[in-house]
Amino acid sequence: MEIRVENLACARGGVPLLDALSLSVQPGQALILRGPNGCGKTTLLRTLAGLQPALAGSISLPPDAIAYAAHADGLKSTLSVRENLAFWAAVYGSGGVDAAVARMNLSALADRAAQNLSAGQKRRLGLARLLVTGRPVWMLDEPTVSLDAASVALFADVVRGHLAAGGMALIATHIDLGLPEAQVLDLGPFRARLPAPGRGGSFDEAFL
Amino acid sequence: MIALLIRDLRLAIRAGGGFGLGLAFFLILAVLVPLGVGPQPAVLAAIAPGVLWVGALLACLLSLDRIFALDWEDGSLDLLATAPIPLEAVVTIKALAHWITTGLPLVLAAPVLGVLLNLSADAFGWLVLSLLVGTPALSVIGTFGAALTVGLKRGGLLLSLLVLPLYIPTLVFGAELVSRGAAGLTTQTALLLLAGITAGAVAILPFASAAVIRINLR
Repeated sequence: MEIRVENLACARGGVPLLDALSLSVQPGQALILRGPNGCGKTTLLRTLAGLQPALAGSISLPPDAIAYAAHADGLKSTLSVRENLAFWAAVYGSGGVDAAVARMNLSALADRAAQNLSAGQKRRLGLARLLVTGRPVWMLDEPTVSLDAASVALFADVVRGHLAAGGMALIATHIDLGLPEAQVLDLGPFRARLPAPGRGGSFDEAFL
Repeated sequence: MIALLIRDLRLAIRAGGGFGLGLAFFLILAVLVPLGVGPQPAVLAAIAPGVLWVGALLACLLSLDRIFALDWEDGSLDLLATAPIPLEAVVTIKALAHWITTGLPLVLAAPVLGVLLNLSADAFGWLVLSLLVGTPALSVIGTFGAALTVGLKRGGLLLSLLVLPLYIPTLVFGAELVSRGAAGLTTQTALLLLAGITAGAVAILPFASAAVIRINLR
């Protein structure tokens, strides 16, 4: 029950971004990914979440453990806050919708359609989705975008509760989350030094 | 999986969901054709099976690009791909939801529109049966086309160009079934071929659609 990544290389749009990346996360630990724009934070998370294949290296993850949260929250604008969460709870076969709503401070908005929420409220709803998945590994891509200071603190508190329950988190972020116990991994040193495959790239790359 | 079906149906009937658009299009087409062709009952009766089937095809096409485009735009497709439902099941459910919101209303409304086109009374049962058997193939093939074009800006037109040729066998045998039914000829061959196309599409295409979405999400 740990995340172990060895010598991982991954690419975005056919351009190798990361190379020789190794990391491991134990239960109860959080790993914060840092690095300048375009250094491959999102690509790393998408690769680990299984949305795209790695160029090289090995990834060992507990099966069915990942809850992935991207830049977009995946909310349906005409569904209410509670309906949005109830859908994901049903998909993941879990419950706790009301608890998640209360935890992310959305109780007063539970029956409001998602299209009428502010950007920060939408983000809180997107993060509440993590709570209803019941998954032990959270992979979060810029989770604090458009959150105010109080909501960032609330989110840090939620992550801390998740870690205390034996969960794990990989968080790509630029701001200080207020999680001093989390390890920080700067992706800068792992920048791929491979030349970008030009015209000589594989046949498939021309189409994918 | 039931939750996904319920969500898609709920989204379809809420504001901007597009439920009924295909049906309204089908209705308008069936009203316009007699106006354009002229009020000769014999001509209308002869072209009715083909017109109704082409109308059903185009009505299905209208809502195809919504199947995945909306989920892709708001990020739900990424989240569904990492959720514990197999992607093959996701595309099957999406095709089923498309059929319930588009194909099924067409099946139910077809007899009324048959009257407008002076379709022979003997053929009404065959028309309903042919649409009932054939429209699931339209939804499944269309879902494959929608999967191919997911993520493309203005993919709707390309989707139509990709999908319409794939609809030809269903169109040929569906219209043939109704024509033969109207003429009182034997209908078994056309019905079996139509059902065979649908069964084949339902069996194979969800796997192709899921594979294509995986590639498009990279």
